[in-house]
Amino acid sequence: MLRHIISMRDFSRDEIDNVLTKAKEFEPVARGKSSNLLSGKILATLFYEPSTRTRLSFETAMKRLGGEVIDMGSIESSSVAKGETLADTIRVIGNYADAIVLRHPREGSARMAAEYSNIPIINAGDGAGHHPTQTLLDLYTIMRESSLSGLKIALVGDLKYGRTVHSLAYALSLYHASMTLISPKQLQMPDVIKKDLKKQGASIGETTNIEDVIGDVDVLYVTRIQKERFPDPAEYQKVAGSYRVTEELLKKACDNLIVMHPLPRVDEIDPAVDRTKYARYFQQSFYGVPVRMALLAMALEAA
Amino acid sequence: MTGSDESASKKEMRVRPIKHGTVIDHITAGQALNVLHIIGISGTTTAVVSVAMNVPSGVLGLKDIVKVEDRELEEEEVDRISLIAPNATINIIRDFEVIEKYRVDLPEHLEGVVKCDNPNCISNTIEPVISKFTVNKKPVELRCIYCDHVISEGIAEHLI
Repeated sequence: MLRHIISMRDFSRDEIDNVLTKAKEFEPVARGKSSNLLSGKILATLFYEPSTRTRLSFETAMKRLGGEVIDMGSIESSSVAKGETLADTIRVIGNYADAIVLRHPREGSARMAAEYSNIPIINAGDGAGHHPTQTLLDLYTIMRESSLSGLKIALVGDLKYGRTVHSLAYALSLYHASMTLISPKQLQMPDVIKKDLKKQGASIGETTNIEDVIGDVDVLYVTRIQKERFPDPAEYQKVAGSYRVTEELLKKACDNLIVMHPLPRVDEIDPAVDRTKYARYFQQSFYGVPVRMALLAMALEAA
Repeated sequence: MTGSDESASKKEMRVRPIKHGTVIDHITAGQALNVLHIIGISGTTTAVVSVAMNVPSGVLGLKDIVKVEDRELEEEEVDRISLIAPNATINIIRDFEVIEKYRVDLPEHLEGVVKCDNPNCISNTIEPVISKFTVNKKPVELRCIYCDHVISEGIAEHLI
């Protein structure tokens, strides 16, 4: 059966653990050790929305495993500009490549693509929906730099529109993590998601102030307040710059705290924090490579 | 006329028996017009239709009733009715006799019945995709299998 990677909801805890274990095995390859595991395989990257690290880390992962990558160039010069449906594009690319990495602005696009595809679809973000590969690399970062067992984590920023935090919170509930949600009132996590998490047995607290919990968490997961997700620009202006993690704030942190961020950041984390022992966001972006290697190997049945 | 005779006669006036057709009983109060919409009955219908709204009911407090003569319902229509009136009962009448009576049952999955109310969902585009939902029965909640959006209120407004 085709192994699509669409949503964290499709993963059991065992399957997640399996990806994380595989990712660890691929770490030396991600650092440059040669491999021909996916030699002869072609990955198509279909990005209908801009992306830097997700696209480049998938390309890096594929190439370091000996595979090839094709893409459709800019959207403006592709068949998309001529009005082709995603369903048609997916069926055409399925004749060229062995797997597709898809980022699309519509929620549910990856699930629909999987219905039409004869090759594995890997969801690299569908609108404000899912972004499972980001979640898996976040979990991997926590596993490598902190610990997934008995975890106390604070999720900070845009918890309403931010797709990474929704997927991450869901996955963390499988690890029985204790989560504190920190956001301005307007950007609180939607009730329907919170209800879902509680159903999974997650422990959830909520506050608007980082200082309330900074001394008591293992991970501070900071997200950007994404301008492009706001239906109303005036609403964005009201909450832009709500949080800023500084060295000063981190003085109150517990010793083994790690600060994570899916990047890109704007002003949520002061650049001075980069030099502190707490910063892990660049390490986190590196971990995207071994995790995506594990997923590619899984999807292409080479693992 | 005794008190009970009087109420029996009022009841009779309200719910006159039909010869052939369907009686949809125990409809959630206020949903009768939506039920008519689901079974395709509008102001231009030639069918004989009786509608009773806000009728006192032991179980539901208040209920609506719809009776349609010379008409039996399709399975898909019953599925739709179950979404807005989960306690409704369907009585099929032939020659004034109830020949079949059953309670509507919410299906576990719905295809092409409800439109996702997330405007950014892939099912609301030109893509060749039929809306699909998984159904939670108590309380009634529909989760879009594409975008995970949950519809829990105003389901009647989202019927296709």
